[in-house]
Amino acid sequence: MAGQLSVLAAEVPFPPTVEDFYLPSIVPWGAHNDYWFTKITLLMWISVAAIIIFFLVSYRKPKLVPTKKQWIAESIYGFVRNNIAVDMLGKRGINFAPYLTTLFIFILIMNFWAIVPLAQISPNSHIAFPAILAAISYVMFIYIGMKHHGGLKYFKHALIPPAPWFILPLLIPIEFFSTFLVRPFSLAVRLFANMFAGHMLLLVFTLGGFALINANVWFAPFSVVSWAMSIALTFLEFLVICLQAYVFTVLSASYVQGALADEH
Amino acid sequence: MITEVLTVAAEAGEGEHNPIIPLWQEIVVGSIAFAILCFVLMKFVFPMMEKTFAARVDAIEGGIKRAEAAQAEANQLLEQYKAQLAEARTEAARIRDEARADAEGIRQDILAKAREESDRIIGAGQEQLNAQRESIVRDLRSEIGTLAVDLASKIVGEALADEARRQGTVERFIDELGAAGSAGGRR
Repeated sequence: MAGQLSVLAAEVPFPPTVEDFYLPSIVPWGAHNDYWFTKITLLMWISVAAIIIFFLVSYRKPKLVPTKKQWIAESIYGFVRNNIAVDMLGKRGINFAPYLTTLFIFILIMNFWAIVPLAQISPNSHIAFPAILAAISYVMFIYIGMKHHGGLKYFKHALIPPAPWFILPLLIPIEFFSTFLVRPFSLAVRLFANMFAGHMLLLVFTLGGFALINANVWFAPFSVVSWAMSIALTFLEFLVICLQAYVFTVLSASYVQGALADEH
Repeated sequence: MITEVLTVAAEAGEGEHNPIIPLWQEIVVGSIAFAILCFVLMKFVFPMMEKTFAARVDAIEGGIKRAEAAQAEANQLLEQYKAQLAEARTEAARIRDEARADAEGIRQDILAKAREESDRIIGAGQEQLNAQRESIVRDLRSEIGTLAVDLASKIVGEALADEARRQGTVERFIDELGAAGSAGGRR
């Protein structure tokens, strides 16, 4: 038993590095610098396909008295629509509910791969995907603000708070920095970093178990503790997955809210 | 030469992925996938859900309205029935009173008529009785006169006869009187 484990452990690299996030591509098989069809993109396509199929199937023939599947689909939409969109944006929120729900379910399922056995890496641990979503939210709230306030008036509205004139030279750069520079990065990095760190943690504790037993057979009990930790962290990861999907959606909605606001 | 440099650079880069520099391939693929997802969900799924929600609200509100209407109708009917019942009750009481009054009237009428009839019958009987008595008295009076005259004449006619004959005469007279009395009663 211990011998088998040490053989296994001998093949396990430790500590995990950033390179563990960049797996060889699937098509062409094993290529290291080809990113078109990798485990990451495959998982993403599966997510998109699964979401589309689920919603189309469960909402093919909607009924007034919903079936169980229809009820689940409606609950997801209803949750984002009522608890995020309408709560934050009022009646106008109904117009944004479809996008926010799409965003929420996409992030949720993409994140979820982090704890699915055999997959166990979220595409969102590559910053490209959070970056796309953050860019869309960024463009969206600026566009909506300009449409609502009328072109460049939006920037005047957003940048110049009602404050005494001598404070404005200080406030305007701060407003500009926080609203138009930091927002897309914080949005993208928050999601990416959470998923990245989650995967890294799982790697550390799982591989760490092997590394310990590899170092000394007498460390086997610590390996067991390490693997138990990785199971516990998987549950924590589940919490993070849901929370981050929610946070991303709520922040996008709140940016739109800020763009639509008529006062500071 | 240049390709060589590029390969070397790529191989060097391979070992040094920077996790906060996005891979442009992934951006392209991710954008396409997310666009497809948005298109399908926002075009075919969520608008349908809004429609279903609206239909459901309609159905529930319609149901409530229908129920309210039914309730109002039921209340109205109940009021109507109550009113009708009260009306019927007063009507019945009125009819009963009338009937009672009628019965009393009829009873009084009948009693009065009966009293009248009995008075009439009693009066007629008394009148008849008086008339009969009068006629009997008249008859008797005349009969007694003739009888007295007859007796006197007989007594006078046979005064001279002997005691025996006188005795016989008187007996004969009384016999005749009895026969005449019975014959006169028949007459």
